Amino acid sequence: MNTADKTRLLREMLFARRFEERCYEAYVERKIGGFLHLYPGQEACCHGVLEAARPGRDYVITGYRDHIHAIKCGTDPRAVMAELFGKESGCSRGRGGSMHIFDVAHRFMGGYALVGGPFPLAAGMAKAIKLKGDDDIAICFLGDAANNQGAFHEALNMASLWRLPVLYVTENNLYGIGTHIERSSAVTEQYRRAAAYAIPAKQVDGQDIELVYAAAQEAVGHVRAGKGPYLLELMTYRYRGHSMSDSNAYRSKEEEQAWGRRDPITILRDRLIAAGELTAEGYQALERAIIEEIENEIIPFAEEAPQPDPVELERYVLAENDPWVMGGAS
Amino acid sequence: MAEIRYWEAIRRAHDEEMAHDPLVIALGEDIGLVGGTYKATSGLYDKYGPERVIDTPIVEGGYTGLGIGASFLGVRPIIELMSVNFAWLAMDQMFNSAAKVRYMSGGQLSAPVVFRSPGGCAHQLGAQHSARMEKVFMGVAGLRVVTPSNPRQAYGLLKSAVRCNDPVFINEHELMYNIKGEVPDEEYFHPLEGSEVAREGSDVTLFGYNISVYWCLAAAGKLAEQGINAEVIDLYALAPLDRAGIRRSVSRTHRAVIVEEAEPAVGVGAEVMAIINEECFFELDAPPLRISARSVPIPYNRALEKAAIPNAGDVVRAVLNMFGK
Ligand SMILES: Cc1ncc(C[n+]2csc(CCOP(=O)(O)OP(=O)(O)O)c2C)c(N)n1
Ligand SMILES: [Mg+2]
Repeated sequence: MNTADKTRLLREMLFARRFEERCYEAYVERKIGGFLHLYPGQEACCHGVLEAARPGRDYVITGYRDHIHAIKCGTDPRAVMAELFGKESGCSRGRGGSMHIFDVAHRFMGGYALVGGPFPLAAGMAKAIKLKGDDDIAICFLGDAANNQGAFHEALNMASLWRLPVLYVTENNLYGIGTHIERSSAVTEQYRRAAAYAIPAKQVDGQDIELVYAAAQEAVGHVRAGKGPYLLELMTYRYRGHSMSDSNAYRSKEEEQAWGRRDPITILRDRLIAAGELTAEGYQALERAIIEEIENEIIPFAEEAPQPDPVELERYVLAENDPWVMGGAS
Repeated sequence: MAEIRYWEAIRRAHDEEMAHDPLVIALGEDIGLVGGTYKATSGLYDKYGPERVIDTPIVEGGYTGLGIGASFLGVRPIIELMSVNFAWLAMDQMFNSAAKVRYMSGGQLSAPVVFRSPGGCAHQLGAQHSARMEKVFMGVAGLRVVTPSNPRQAYGLLKSAVRCNDPVFINEHELMYNIKGEVPDEEYFHPLEGSEVAREGSDVTLFGYNISVYWCLAAAGKLAEQGINAEVIDLYALAPLDRAGIRRSVSRTHRAVIVEEAEPAVGVGAEVMAIINEECFFELDAPPLRISARSVPIPYNRALEKAAIPNAGDVVRAVLNMFGK
């Protein structure tokens, strides 16, 4: 990674942080409804992994904590915010919401709300890639607690058996809602579980984007070379509650502060400043520009976007004018 | 027109669709090397190879999800669930992923996948192998449900289901794979919506689907001897149900009996009755009736098992009673 890449990644992560914090405010203002799961603290995971892949071309799928993954794939952040506002210009036309961000044009294949649901879907996308003979890969981001679902084991077994080009990324933030991993997983080191399916795996510090990137390069290279699946476990932490209704009472202030000292944005920023590749003023200017973009472009876009027309309530349930429903042209 | 068996009709549809489109694949337990529990995929493994005719591990949720994920990229998987009783394990993916993805993505993504599975009560298979689950699938927006009663429908419905861009559940029947029937020699696509008049009549409409069509036809034969001319409607499409077809027939006969192999609660009978109420209540000469299974887990004992499932005699008695005979 050269300086320009690192600076760009710093900007992307900072943008992700401010975008999510602005979502929090919009939720409090009741502009956003439903469940809202935010990403602050985990930015280096998504950005480090996808930087090593081909965002927009490789197929990405994830859970409900999905805004930033979509944006890194190339989704217009205005369309994400408009989706959260429930608008027709939202990337899922206001039918999806925070947990169901979709942008198929950028091969962001969706956020899914059932914990573990994307595991086999990702394997299936990889199967399709293999059938078509493309060199794309499928990348599935999910949390640590999702690995306790049968779907994790089912999908890893099939992916390995059939050597499917899929990268599984476990963003291990130590909690499934309020249940600490020690209280839910007999084997807490998630990467070790992949051995049961003869899948190579690695555990990496998820707060240092350069380490994530290096590990992801190896993982992506393995998968793209046709050697079968790979599992990457990234040790990370979410700063906010699980969703907006979470009091965070299940964890200590000390723990939160300790992780706060290992902030992925601060780590990269300080490294760039120490190397003379960025100044404190330069960083502040970056932050101001991001806040301006969010306030002057993204929020107004979402505010002014049209509501879906209730006349179209029943659109998109089934295909429209599909000739095969009536037996085709014959 | 050749007479072939129900399983041969399904096999032929697989074969033609796989030959037509290299992205059509088949997957399920023992469908490849073995050729399928009911032979519905026999010979395809040798013809199309293990990449397209896939013997899966015994993991209904897993391979169903895998098929759905593949369909996101334009692959058209035909997924065989060995028995509907095992489909419970696959329902999360069928309902939460396949049926909803078009809607929750605002129309961007779809799951053009076919699920096929035999249901119904066969011979003494016991409580965990005798489920009739069409009612479960019918109630989910975004999923089509069809149920072939003969080889022509089995062939043509699968052909259309593969080409259609919606997820389709095809409800087959354990007891029907060996029945014979005429199937057109030329390629044939059966509509995924609508209903068929299996027997024309004027005095009462008997609604059946899948195996109960045969009970209705047998009952109609007996009723004719008593001077009652029954119409039999084959509801091969369960979701969406053919409102217009139901109205058309009941508006002519003014009487309706729905015959289902499943328990009555929240079932096809209840749904057809509701449609009759909504569409043509004032044309009725008698309250509609449903003939359903008894609400029990299916027993092993043969006599008890038979007592749990309706038959043509039950239909005859109910209709005679309706006519005050
Ligand atoms: C099948 C299912 N069960 C339970 C839930 C409720 N739920 C939502 S998120 C969550 C915790 C998941 O934790 P993890 O996989 O570690 O992801 P994280 O939220 O930490 O990113 C639970 C229990 C759900 N959405 N789906
Ligand atoms: Mg977690």
